[in-house]
Amino acid sequence: MISSAGTFLFIFVAGVLATAVWRLLGLFLSSGLSEESAFLEWVKAVSTTLVAGLVARTVIFPPGALADIHLSIRVGAFALGVAVYFLSRRHLGLGILSAVSALILAQYTLG
Amino acid sequence: MDGTGPEAGSLARTEPQEAVLASRWVAFCRGVRETPLIPPLILSFSFIGFGALTKETGLSLLHTLFMSVFIFALPGQVVLVDEMARGASLLTAALAVTATAVRLLPMTVALLPIIRDRRDPKWLEFAATCFIAVTVWVEAMRRTPHQPRPDRTAYTLGIVALLVISSSMGAVIGFLLAASLPKTFAAALLFLTPMYFLLSMITSSRGKGEILPIVAGLALGPILHLAVPQWDLVLTGIIGGTLSFLVARLLQAKRRA
Repeated sequence: MISSAGTFLFIFVAGVLATAVWRLLGLFLSSGLSEESAFLEWVKAVSTTLVAGLVARTVIFPPGALADIHLSIRVGAFALGVAVYFLSRRHLGLGILSAVSALILAQYTLG
Repeated sequence: MDGTGPEAGSLARTEPQEAVLASRWVAFCRGVRETPLIPPLILSFSFIGFGALTKETGLSLLHTLFMSVFIFALPGQVVLVDEMARGASLLTAALAVTATAVRLLPMTVALLPIIRDRRDPKWLEFAATCFIAVTVWVEAMRRTPHQPRPDRTAYTLGIVALLVISSSMGAVIGFLLAASLPKTFAAALLFLTPMYFLLSMITSSRGKGEILPIVAGLALGPILHLAVPQWDLVLTGIIGGTLSFLVARLLQAKRRA
């Protein structure tokens, strides 16, 4: 890793500015665009797909300590979390909790 | 005449500056107080995962806080740290982060006309804009329409303040825990974030048309990561997003026909 000041600059440009650009563009456009416009629908689809892609990438090709958990446990816990979420009538907290606890339990018993 | 429409309200209003400031402060505090416990709780938990990730990557606690407050968009933060850990160039990292942040554009465009008041000073609107992120957006879209128009921006900033503080606290806790936790628990913290993103996206999706991009992203993400690791997320978004946008349009047209 580069020097700390360099890291801050990197974060500021590649992180803060790269994010703020869209918020400010949104501020600029918000007076003229309708929420139903096709362009905004497309933008929304692209951004949702991207975040979902990030989710799958994190589960299949994980960073850091998560890489030490076997692929089958990661995918199994992920699927269980989604299943519990739908079975519990879309309870966000239950879905997340069951996925995370399944990961821990499976790692201790099978891993 | 107690002002049911925005026009009636603005005609009647000629309070001195201090009264306006005081009522904004009251609205700000209400925004904090009326936020339910669950969203900040989930957010701080998923930021625990982020703190654990920055620790693993070798970033400092100050870097972690700086990102959590000034980027304040978890997917972008995770992508940034991931890119930094892989030794990406500034341009590659900026493009990947900016691609995750595009989703903030439609959110901003949708939210601002709801919270904006003609008498809001520019800086107030600017401040609210700089912190628009998924959870803020969901909460503000749900609650501000029930607030008097002049209060809405300050009320939104109240939601922002609470969520920025609780997520930063989560990041700090995760950073400090990562070093002392057993490896399996550190892994579980990293697992919180993708689960939270996926399930909250499903929660806020309306109808089959909005599930399509989620499915497309889940399928394309890993494939494109193997094929084009440098541009995987951007390409996943553009290809999968465009495809699901077109399919959704087709389905809509069919339904109307």
